Amino acid sequence: MADGGIGAATKRREDVRFLTGRGQYTDDYTPAGTTYAVFARSQVAHGTIKSIDTSAAEAMPGVLAVLTGEDFVEVGGNPAGWLINNRNGTPMKEPKRPVLAHGKVRHVGDAFAAVIAETAEQAMDAAEAIDADIEEHDAVIDMKAAVADAGTRVHDELTDNVCFDWGWIEDNRQATDEAIKAAPHVTTLELVNNRLVPNALEPRCSIGEYNPGTGDYKLTTTSQNPHLTRLLISAFVLGIPENKLTVHAPDVGGGFGSKIYHYGEEALVLAAAKKLGRPVKWTASRSEAFLTDAHGRDHVTKIELATETDGTFIAFRTETYANVGAYLSNFSTATPTFLHGTLMAGNYTVPNVYVNVKAVFTNTAPVDAYRGAGRPEATYSLERVIDKCARELGMDPIAIRRKNFVKPDQYPFTSAAGLEYDSGNYDALVDGLEGLADIKGFEARRAESESRGMLRGLGINTYIEACGIAPSNLVGVLGSRVGLYDAATVRVNATGNISVMVGAHSHGQGHETAFPQVVADLLGVDPESVEIVHGDTSKIPFGMGTYGSRSLAVCGSAVYRATEKIIKKATLIAAHMMESDAEQVDFEDGVFSVRGTNKTVGFGDVALKAYIPHDFPLEEIEPGLEETAFYDPANFTYPSGAYACEVEVDPDTGKVTICSMVAVDDFGTVVNPMIVTGQVQGGLAQGIGQALLENAVYDENGQLNSGSLMDYAMPRADDLPNLVVDHSHMTRCTHNPLGVKGCGEAGAIGSPPTVVNAVIDALSRAGHDVAHIDMPVSPARVWEAMNK
Amino acid sequence: MHNFDFVRPSTLAEATAAMQAEGAQALGGGQTLMPVMKQRLAAPDTLVSLAGIAEMIGVCEKDGALVIGGATTHAQVASDAASMYPALAALAGMIGDPAVRSRGTVGGSLANNDPAACYPAGALGSGATITTNTREISSDNFSTGMFDTALEEGEIITSVAFPIPEKASYQKFEQPASRFALVGVYVAKFADGVRVAVTGASEGGVFRWSAAEAALSGNFSAEAIEGLSPEASGMITDLHGSGAYRAHLIGILTKRAVAAAH
Repeated sequence: MADGGIGAATKRREDVRFLTGRGQYTDDYTPAGTTYAVFARSQVAHGTIKSIDTSAAEAMPGVLAVLTGEDFVEVGGNPAGWLINNRNGTPMKEPKRPVLAHGKVRHVGDAFAAVIAETAEQAMDAAEAIDADIEEHDAVIDMKAAVADAGTRVHDELTDNVCFDWGWIEDNRQATDEAIKAAPHVTTLELVNNRLVPNALEPRCSIGEYNPGTGDYKLTTTSQNPHLTRLLISAFVLGIPENKLTVHAPDVGGGFGSKIYHYGEEALVLAAAKKLGRPVKWTASRSEAFLTDAHGRDHVTKIELATETDGTFIAFRTETYANVGAYLSNFSTATPTFLHGTLMAGNYTVPNVYVNVKAVFTNTAPVDAYRGAGRPEATYSLERVIDKCARELGMDPIAIRRKNFVKPDQYPFTSAAGLEYDSGNYDALVDGLEGLADIKGFEARRAESESRGMLRGLGINTYIEACGIAPSNLVGVLGSRVGLYDAATVRVNATGNISVMVGAHSHGQGHETAFPQVVADLLGVDPESVEIVHGDTSKIPFGMGTYGSRSLAVCGSAVYRATEKIIKKATLIAAHMMESDAEQVDFEDGVFSVRGTNKTVGFGDVALKAYIPHDFPLEEIEPGLEETAFYDPANFTYPSGAYACEVEVDPDTGKVTICSMVAVDDFGTVVNPMIVTGQVQGGLAQGIGQALLENAVYDENGQLNSGSLMDYAMPRADDLPNLVVDHSHMTRCTHNPLGVKGCGEAGAIGSPPTVVNAVIDALSRAGHDVAHIDMPVSPARVWEAMNK
Repeated sequence: MHNFDFVRPSTLAEATAAMQAEGAQALGGGQTLMPVMKQRLAAPDTLVSLAGIAEMIGVCEKDGALVIGGATTHAQVASDAASMYPALAALAGMIGDPAVRSRGTVGGSLANNDPAACYPAGALGSGATITTNTREISSDNFSTGMFDTALEEGEIITSVAFPIPEKASYQKFEQPASRFALVGVYVAKFADGVRVAVTGASEGGVFRWSAAEAALSGNFSAEAIEGLSPEASGMITDLHGSGAYRAHLIGILTKRAVAAAH
């Protein structure tokens, strides 16, 4: 293995530019002649557009164009990526999502017009001068009310507000119902998975360019997956041929899911650039980000767990209302279904699982995948109801989980929710957790807290998730309209250094450091000689983007496969150079050798020879050394983990302080442990944020009450304890070449139930009869629960 | 942000003159006004910065009171007043974050009179006197409601005199997002009685909790107000807590302030 290969905690090379202010973000790019777009957005949640008078705005200084929904009637809509079928087999409802609102506005912030001007200030002034007559209607906000009352509809052309009513696995419904009816013990829990605003540090930004000389378009944009954005714009929205459109996502300051999707602003700047013959830039304000970035979570759930009296699980039955907002964002239909329902067996051998999800249109911002995407919702429901069940049965929360774990000798294990888990060892994770979190020492720490008047609690949680998204053949059956492979090209240059063009976009994940470790490990070269190229559709073969903790498992596997092809080709060249047969040539630590001889040739010499083929047998060996691989996974990967959290609750105020958080995860092979630790810590911070602080709240009129950082509480460093992370208890993924599972979302999946379990534990130990508190577990909610 | 003119006078007289212009708006540290202007919710024609007026900056002790220039930053109060009036210096040191404290001023905070700001509690709890370019106003008559004060158009807070009590403490329970006070209680014990001022809680803005003042004036101990909390009616109910919760916190924080007073 080369120094700095797989397993090395190499410092992130991209941090040199990020930490010295040399990152190049979309808004840093201002081509000559740039004009500026500003959107006129609805102030009301629901209304009919009676008329839009743009004449005053058009007459204002610097204004070049004013566009409305009328200008986009002829172009397509932004589609949902997954077609979900109802329980009765009929397809979901899929209303058109136009570039600009037309006919109706459907949420506060819904853009109905755009001004393009010489400066952003002139565009803002003109946007304020647009005279829109919008007749306001009652807003559809509460999901259950929206389902019950079809009279007020978000989309007039639909018969009601239900996007789909989905059952998983529908054939298991009756058996699950019967198992629950016959069970000796049933625990029921109703809960809300709180709506979240992603709040990437960098707001969205898009720049459209058009070259009338060639007919080429370029979109520079804040995207987690530029190829998907190109595909959606080309195939569905504007019809620009893919080979006439370049999408470039340069450095991106955080996405967490919100920048996976194609947004109307991207199509608008491209259309406007063509109309004006000049570049058009739009940069969101923080307020626009709150109102228009796809939000996360927002499930209202009832879950039942049926058990034997000894705690053996018999069945999980879940009914969830999932908010999709006013329009279907690209992954919005997959998130509450195949990223949620399929995980509802958890780490357990439970024989019966049934999930019903009703996706509901409301007059709120679209809701879509946000760090964890469906899996946090699944884990939260499961692990909260298991904790409640353990309390009802008088069982230890670790013991009840261990009793029901899939055991190491059961893999591959097909869960009752239909997934085939390939590997894992949940007991080993809990063993590690018990030591690292010093579970035995809890009572002494609790007594010490009590001496200071504080209520201490211990929360335990285990999770499994599905990453490496996703096997195309499987997701195709499940309704995906795309394949979910990824691609990489490895280009060995004549002088021996290497460029790797990868489909996965890096916006905080450290690909520029970790991917070279994989290539260097295989080729026996210095990782510093390997450079990653990503984010530009004109430079890389293809890619399905970065989300679902998929980059290393899917794109990294493509890198691995392409590098294997390089070795195969280089072996041919080396054999030629050493006048041997390829079958006789070995490759190790960067050196080719002929078996049983002392003939050797280094990788660098072979690379040079590939580009100076003076004596090549050209019928057998092509010049050059560049290979591309597309990798489509055989299965999801299944990271798992065991978490513990200790909290102190102030009985006077209800304030929760997290004393410790320990995360023990199985991510399979770890390529760069430092980056993995950082990913988990970031995920933990977001999960703790959801558990204690964050809450996107609309009022009954559809105004976003928590529409700024003055009311929407993000976790800050002093809200967090030292985050203890361990990923040493690993089992390899069995079906990808690296044995990796993915780590990007784990912390955000595993931590919310851990925190809430700890709070409930603290209150229960103090004699409070509190079965559940919805997130965020704010001081006021805790106090109210204690004093109800 | 809309266009505006910007003037930065170096004397109070120049500032007073500049404030006579149509559409003139005084600018303290800009911690509220700047975000509001960026959101285009305010569009003054002229901003009159008070940051360059030397006579309005500084902290000193005079006649048993801590006198703070109206344009003095929270950071300066936190450091320079620590030995003279530690409870008020501690209040200043708890406002926002270092960036806010380096820009925000006592005059700006009092003039804005945010119902969740800290200084209104410090001023009312201390029985401060607010001096403007035209008159003196007692803190008891200064706040007239949320974001509303006795200040007239164009009036500038030049200094604030905080009588220094025997002991005092400010207890702030933070709203988790803004880190303004969800509830803040300022307790000050003077030779002739106790003042208790509450911020963050009431729909009417900062107020004195007279029942607690009466109880504590006879017996300055947490036990004196055990079980006491104000009526929940009239308290703010929002995303972060109900009126009942805020009323409860007032009782808790007052007890803590009494215990912590020094």
